[in-house]
Amino acid sequence: MPSILVIVEQHEGKLNRVSWETIAAGQAISADMGWSVEAAVAGNEIAALATEVAAKKLAKVYAVDSPQLGRYNPDAFAAALKQLITAKQPTLVLMPHTYQVRDFAPKVATQLARCVISDCTGYRKDGEKLFFTRQMFQGKFSADVSFASEAPWLATFQNGSFRGDKAEDGASAAPVEIFAVNVDPAAVRNQPEEWFKEAKQAVDLTQAEIIVSVGRGIKEQKNIELAQQLAAALGGEIAASRPICDNGWLPMDRQIGSSGQTVSPKLYLALGISGAIQHIVGMKGARAIIAINKDSEAPIFEIADIAIVGNLFDIVPPLIEEIKKAKAAS
Amino acid sequence: MKILVCMKQVPQKDAPLKLNESGTWIREDVSYEVNEPDAYALEEALRQKEKHGGEVVVITSGPARAQQVLREALAKGADRAIHLEDDAFVGLDALNTARAFAAAIKDEQFDLIFTGLQSDDYGFAQTGVILAELLGWPHATIIMQIEKNDTGIRVKRELEAGFFQFVNMPLPAVLTIQSGINKLRYATLIGIKQAKNKPMRKVALADVQSALTPNLQKIERLYVPQKTKKTETLDGPPAEIAKKLVDKLRNELRIL
Repeated sequence: MPSILVIVEQHEGKLNRVSWETIAAGQAISADMGWSVEAAVAGNEIAALATEVAAKKLAKVYAVDSPQLGRYNPDAFAAALKQLITAKQPTLVLMPHTYQVRDFAPKVATQLARCVISDCTGYRKDGEKLFFTRQMFQGKFSADVSFASEAPWLATFQNGSFRGDKAEDGASAAPVEIFAVNVDPAAVRNQPEEWFKEAKQAVDLTQAEIIVSVGRGIKEQKNIELAQQLAAALGGEIAASRPICDNGWLPMDRQIGSSGQTVSPKLYLALGISGAIQHIVGMKGARAIIAINKDSEAPIFEIADIAIVGNLFDIVPPLIEEIKKAKAAS
Repeated sequence: MKILVCMKQVPQKDAPLKLNESGTWIREDVSYEVNEPDAYALEEALRQKEKHGGEVVVITSGPARAQQVLREALAKGADRAIHLEDDAFVGLDALNTARAFAAAIKDEQFDLIFTGLQSDDYGFAQTGVILAELLGWPHATIIMQIEKNDTGIRVKRELEAGFFQFVNMPLPAVLTIQSGINKLRYATLIGIKQAKNKPMRKVALADVQSALTPNLQKIERLYVPQKTKKTETLDGPPAEIAKKLVDKLRNELRIL
């Protein structure tokens, strides 16, 4: 029977929560295609973690174990996973689209003379064929993509594409197989140091109930003040998409998105943000999303509850006035 | 240090895109610009050269129009350019693009290759990593800082949720560069003039064809994303929109 192998992610013995989403994806495809689904976790002495994963409805869990897999590095991880995939011959290998997976998955695929369909948001079964949906052109279009090679096929799913809490538990624990791999220490070239955070990371936007966020549409640094006035009127925090922080118009700790903070406020008001995937993953959990953008085809409108197509410089000043009036009256 | 920068021409960020008749690609009659992370990759290469000496070479693949990104790079200070020129390069998957680049530079000896971390069109985020594997070099992705040392380089990788990590690695190596690693420069008038006399090597599809295979993944269909959310559109003059929105904030969202 064809099988699905889900490669989950861990750091220092703790599972990255996105792993449950990928397991849920594997289970969903398994139900549609009638394929079995297994999982693997790679690390140094990670049997306990494999046992945690084995609580889910899976045919088997592999603990891919080697002293060289202690701290992530691409040479060792690619070598280990190539050995696993070659030995177990899964049809489909699923991974979360994390920064770590982005670092090793194309390498493993190339070693196997295969490819990765990366950053998928879903899949579609069409007859016996499997299509993977991914965004292109910064979210302006979706694409159905298929594999044109023999298995194994490798695909990665974007954060939030499946619900981790929907990953089904098994009736009993799945068997855990310790898969010892041989990684030649001399073949490991990168020497990674410990993870750290920049000291000045001071703002915690995850606690904010109202966020006014600015994107490229704000045009100039001096216009940031207008957004700040709106945030102040609403009693909310100011935030931004990546390019604004890259320009230094707002500090990096105000950034929302895959490389910044992930937020789920009551209100997210997006000013001049087009809505590239990297930004959307950081804010799509907001209870209400209001988007103001002059481009009616901006992807941000796909996820907005309230859409305003227009020039933010025309709309924001009267909006601030109306908010102030409303607050004064209440 | 001799540095190669892989650059790509992509549709302009706010260009309205339309699908072609078969619904498999966009209509190409749009305005183009350099893929933003690639501009940062070029800037970083120029800064490394200013610090350590050497040469900056830029490479792209695509039709004649793609030459524009190379011209701009030469005007900003790159020393020479390589253009894999053919319409067919646009449709290659990441593996084939990396193979084409590897074939085009087989007689060169670079210390470093930079790419942007991903492109704004396909968004694979794979070409740099694959190129490293094809060349047998180490790589590091999403780089925010590069320091040369006695044994190679020490780079700062961006991780998720505000974390970073330093990685020591030998040369030669491939790095994928994150936007915001530096501040971009503008081309000067003198730079633009000098660019006209800088070497541009053309590579035809036939020159690298033997390195390519059929794509391993296929775009079956491109389409406007299906809406998953019910969106209400507010329109009218700005003052009216402001009133409607405040009404919603107060009565529906109960925020005011």
